[in-house]
Formats: sequence, structure tokens, C-alpha cells
Amino acid sequence: MKYKQGNYIILNKSAIAREIYSFEILCPEIAEIASAGQFVHIRAEGFTLRRPISICGIDKNKGTLRIVFEVRGEGTEKISQLNKGDTIDMLAPLGHGFTVNDEFKKVVLIGGGIGTPPMLPLAEIYREKSVVISGFRNAYAVILQDDFKNTGAETILCTDDGSAGIHGFVTQPFEELAKNSGIDAVYACGPMPMLKNISKICKDNNIFCEISLEERMACGIGACLGCACCTVRNDEEYFAHVCKDGPVFNAEEVIW
Amino acid sequence: MADLSVKICGIDFKNPIIPASGVFGYGHEYEELFPLEKLGGIATKGTTLHRRTGNIAPRIAETPSGMLNSVGLQNPGIDHFIDKELPYLLGKNLVILANIAGSTTEECVQVAEKLENTDVHMIELNISCPNVKHGGAAFGTSCDLAAEVTKQVRKATSKPLIVKLSPNVTSIAEIAKAVESEGADAVSLINTLLGMRININTGRPILHNNVGGLSGPAVFPVAVRMVWQVANAVNIPVIGMGGVSSGKDAIELMMAGASAVQVGAAIFTDPYAPIKIIDEMNEFLDSKNISSVRDIIGSVKPW
Ligand SMILES: Cc1cc2nc3c(=O)[nH]c(=O)nc-3n(C[C@H](O)[C@H](O)[C@H](O)COP(=O)(O)O)c2cc1C
Repeated sequence: MKYKQGNYIILNKSAIAREIYSFEILCPEIAEIASAGQFVHIRAEGFTLRRPISICGIDKNKGTLRIVFEVRGEGTEKISQLNKGDTIDMLAPLGHGFTVNDEFKKVVLIGGGIGTPPMLPLAEIYREKSVVISGFRNAYAVILQDDFKNTGAETILCTDDGSAGIHGFVTQPFEELAKNSGIDAVYACGPMPMLKNISKICKDNNIFCEISLEERMACGIGACLGCACCTVRNDEEYFAHVCKDGPVFNAEEVIW
Repeated sequence: MADLSVKICGIDFKNPIIPASGVFGYGHEYEELFPLEKLGGIATKGTTLHRRTGNIAPRIAETPSGMLNSVGLQNPGIDHFIDKELPYLLGKNLVILANIAGSTTEECVQVAEKLENTDVHMIELNISCPNVKHGGAAFGTSCDLAAEVTKQVRKATSKPLIVKLSPNVTSIAEIAKAVESEGADAVSLINTLLGMRININTGRPILHNNVGGLSGPAVFPVAVRMVWQVANAVNIPVIGMGGVSSGKDAIELMMAGASAVQVGAAIFTDPYAPIKIIDEMNEFLDSKNISSVRDIIGSVKPW
């Protein structure tokens, strides 16, 4: 693993939904080595622990990364107060990202709520080969739909209350898709119950599935063993660490 | 350039800064950012006789100016440490403090015996992990038990033996005297203070273990007080830690009586913290025209 820590300039900031912010950050040395599914560990001024935030865009030519995050507590609130032109302290890129395979002909990218942003770098890679299913609480919480469309991906939108797109959870349209064979891989990020259901559907239909997990973490690089997650590797129970072994895991490895 | 070197139990440290046990693993992850050689030493992750999986997550919580952890001594076991980690670290030109723990005195003794024929420089016996049901917290809170485990491990090792003390006691100086009398060559303190946070929306504790160890800047004044009390009570060196996040903090802890300083949670905030602390100590000493860091150890002038 290769990572760096430094202060990087925020080139652009926008609020893309209620309490959800998008930053474009100039960090060529990080963008150069970052890959889909990895995260950045951001220092929130005045807090002991950094906040892990998944990477939503990698532009190696411009040397930028994009992150999209929701204000969930005091730490993310502090980070959201940074503005265009300010510097942001990041330790990045961290973690084990998604497995990308050029031979895949059709992939499904599934994002639940603030689990949607890490799907965008995959859509940039797979483009027309991808179907993006994303689910949100309601129409006000919907993000990134145009970004996904711009990659050429097909998009399916769901909301819990039916105020936009399909009324229901992402698992409903996904189950339909999964039955019609021809899906080479599924990548998902979102709430645990959603990931658990998707993993099961993939298992039942024999589809390769990778999921991105979240856990409270401290060091972010595998030293402190704070972010444990119970997995199976080579038939043995293994306490993996979300920051280093993950955040992306093969769904079959995770013990629910 | 002030002289930052210190000597503890006959072992030379090029500078007094040591990443604390549990925050630095066995060093690999931070080596990606800076050469380990810059450090005075490293206290390796608490290692037990057999592999331990640790506690169920969440194991980490933020607190005002600090954090809680309940990792619960997850580690690959002493044999793995000796075969896979130690040889690599020994090539790095810094002092290796092998932090060990056990559920019973017997386990601590066995772990120390296994290290006897290695080239590890010092043993740091953790008698104070608050996070495991049988992780030695009991040893650390009773003078008799602390004395007994020290006595038995002392017999098992010829290496310099540092006993790491728990702050979760009425009188840490009494525990320090008890372990000194049974042959500890040094003491290190403080381990974490037992704490708890609750998510008021769900009514659930944030840590799955319910309680965990508090560390970070919030505990710093407690550490200064305890290091000072212990340094006044014993004649063996004291290695100080607890909330150190700047060179000034490290100087303060040394003035209170610490011969070296470990750095824990600060590394999570700034992974370069140990390196910056070394530079800042040097700057402070130069600005005061103090030629050696040894001159400040225990130099506080109490009222
Ligand atoms: C995540 C974490 C894991 C720890 N694991 C150990 C351990 O295995 N053995 C030990 O003796 N102390 C352990 N500690 C305690 C630290 O070594 C240190 O005593 C304490 O954190 C106080 O220092 P600080 O405020 O600088 O963090 C751990 C602390 C943290 C934060």
C-alpha cells in the first residue's frame, strides 16, 4: 500500500443535497495512485480522530479527487465548514478498493444513500457496461444521478417514500436484474441490511459480488486494529480490518 | 542541535520518543510515511501467548479531546511476533520494547520466557489493559497481584523489565513501589483510563464492549500528575505517556520525571506526530540553551 499525508487545496465546494457536500481537491500525488473503492482519512480540526470518506471521483489528468459526504456528526460538520481555497488535511489513498476486470461485460453498481458516491469511479470505468441502482430516503436526498448518466451508465433510482423513482428499496429492481443472467459482477455500498440482502441475492444467483463496509476507525492504515470485521478467509475465521483489508470485501468473506 | 539521547536501564535511546503500544502495530504501516529509524524506540502491540481476536466492533469512539478504544488485545501471538515481526524490527536501529500481556501470571511468564532467547531490547509487561475480561486489569489494580506477577516474570527474564501501570487505581505510587520491590527495572505509565460513551438516540453504548480505555489530550494532566507522583516514589526510571501530542507536552512530562515519552492517540490525529514531537523538543531545548534533554528529567520545582 502507498499513501501520503498532507494539506491539499479545495478547488471547489458545493452542497449537492441537504447536508451533503461535494469537494474537489487538488492532490496530484494522491490522485495518481488512488483507485475506485479507496477512501481518504480527513482531519477535522479540534478532533482526535480523522474521518474516513470514500473517494467519489479520481481525475488523474487534473490531479484531483472528488469526495461527497454527509454531515453526520460534529466531525463531518467541522469538515463541511471548509471552503473553496482552504486546505484539507488528508491521509490517503487508503484501503483495498474494488476489483476491476476489463472482461466484465455487464456490472451492477448499487448504492444506498451516502453509500452511492464510491460507485461513481466504477461507473467511470465500466460506463455503458454498468447499471447503477441507487436508493435514497426521499427526493431531497437524491444525489449524483446526472454524474452517473454522464458516464453512459443506465440508472435506476429508488426512494423509500416514492417521492422520486421507484417506490421501494434497491433490492427490488436488483432482484429482477439478477434473475436475468448475464451479470458479471455486482458492487455495492450502503447500509448493512441492504448489503446483506444483496450479498444473499448474489450468492443465490452465483454472481461475483464486492461490498464496501464502514466501521469506526482510528489509524486508517491497519496499525491500531480498531475497525474489526469478522470474515472468513481460506475457511478460517479471520478478524479483518476495514481500513486495510477493506473497505471493499468479497461478499462471501463477510460473516453477517 | 540539543542532545536528545537518553539511557534507560543501560539501553541507549537516540531520542526519548517511542510510539506507544497498540497504536503503531509492528511499525510497517507508518514506515510508509517515515523511516522507523528516526524514533527512539517502539513499543510493539501487546502480545499474548496465543493469538487473540479481540473484541467485537465498534471498538473506537471519539471523546472530547480524546478517544475510547476497546480493541481487546487483538494480536497474532508471541510465536508470530518472534518469527515474523521481531527480526525485521531488529534491523531498524531503534530500541524495541516488546509489550506483553496475559490473562494469568503463568501466561505472562511463558511469554517472557519465549522472548528470553531473542534479541529484543526490553520487555514492557502490561498489567493494566482495561479492555479484556481477563487481560490483566486485575493485576494492575492490586499491589499484591502487581507484585506477584512482576516477581514471577522477573525470574523468567534477564532483559530489562518495564512494568506498565494502570491509572485506574487509588494510588499509582503504591503500585509502582510494589513492582519496584519485586525487581521491575522501570515503570511506564499511564495506560488508558476506563471510560464510556452512550449514543443517546439509540440508548446503546458506542463501544460494543460497553466500556473502553480513554486516551488522547484529555488525559494529559492526569498523566503529568501520575508520572510526577511515581517518579517521586521510586528509584527506577519512569517512562511517561498519556495525551502527549506536542514537543511541549513531552518536555512537560519529562520535567515531571519521565526519562522517555511514549506517544499514542496523537498519531491518529497526525501520523507524523512522533517525528514532529522530536523536532519540537529539539527546538525548545535550543531556545532555552539546554544542551541535553537529560537535564530536564524531573526538573520540575514544586511549590
Ligand atoms: C487503539 C489503542 C490500542 C492500545 N493497545 C494497547 C496494548 O495493546 N498494550 C498496552 O500496553 N497499551 C495499549 N494502549 C494504551 C497506550 O499504549 C497508551 O498507554 C495510552 O493510549 C495513553 O497514551 P495516549 O494518550 O498517548 O494514547 C492502546 C491504546 C490505544 C489508543
